Amino acid sequence: MTEHQQAAVAGGRRSAWREIVADFSRDVRTYPFGWSKAMMWIFILSDLFVFGGFLAAYAGARMAATQPWPDRGHVFSLTIGGAEVPLLLIAIMTFILISSSGTVALSVAASHERNRSKTAALLGLTLVLGACFLGMQAYEWTHLIHEGFLPSSNPAGASQFGATFFMITGFHGTHVVIGLIFLARVLLRVLRGYYDRIGTWEQVEVAGLYWHFVDLVWVFIFAFIYLI
Amino acid sequence: MHGHADHVDHSEHQAHLPVGVYLRVWFMLFILSAVSYFVDYFQVEPLPLRWVLIVLLALIKAALIMNYFMHLGSERLSLVYTILLPPVLILALAAIVIAEGSYISMIRALFGG
Repeated sequence: MTEHQQAAVAGGRRSAWREIVADFSRDVRTYPFGWSKAMMWIFILSDLFVFGGFLAAYAGARMAATQPWPDRGHVFSLTIGGAEVPLLLIAIMTFILISSSGTVALSVAASHERNRSKTAALLGLTLVLGACFLGMQAYEWTHLIHEGFLPSSNPAGASQFGATFFMITGFHGTHVVIGLIFLARVLLRVLRGYYDRIGTWEQVEVAGLYWHFVDLVWVFIFAFIYLI
Repeated sequence: MHGHADHVDHSEHQAHLPVGVYLRVWFMLFILSAVSYFVDYFQVEPLPLRWVLIVLLALIKAALIMNYFMHLGSERLSLVYTILLPPVLILALAAIVIAEGSYISMIRALFGG
């Protein structure tokens, strides 16, 4: 047991703060991992602010609207066998994105064992699921635009809905596209044995962090844009 | 001073959760998403309760993803606090913007905007 861990076990909250102060006042790096993982975490923090700002702006725009807010259950429904199922497409998209987050987590676990084929297979599965998500989002947007939903106006109620919906889901979709490119590059490098050559597999974990973040943002988009 | 040898070492053997944990978290995320979908599907009344349930379920899902999938729970506290403390400011922004939004809504109702 290191000195740190002993201190943590011994003294609860007080030593927790001591540990933080010690980490930040140390003359060596604060975070105990490679720079790319540290930078990915800092990027995720900044991106949390981007989406947090968007969702706050959405709340403000929705509060300021004088017309009724569109009924999302109806707007995003699919008709199956003559019956209208509310939000069905969005529920499927949510399950697909959660599944892709699960396969990435398993892929990162396999990368810790330096298992090339297992890491690559799970990354490939993630790419397929991510592409499915993106395809369904493209379908959703096309469908909405055909029904007359635009950033400026829509036939279902307050015009602020289109502006916030297209901006926020559009930004999230852009993150999915970038994530797919990122994961594809990591997948190629895994297949070529690049990480064995440079001696660290940390980049798989870094790509995984990014993809989990995309899923994390979707959790809040699903709750605030579609359900509430 | 603490040696940093244990730190460099730390990065190589941290966050080795058994595969079963990932599968259980995955399953939990499925269940929680389904519950929040059905909270909306059955239009749980009263409305504030429905919203509280949906936000609560979203926060639990976010905590599961950050703790188990992103391994934040097994990182050092310096990183945990770096990531989790600043976003609290977003709540302040949301509070200000919502107050302003309801004011604008009132003005629009008064003057037919």
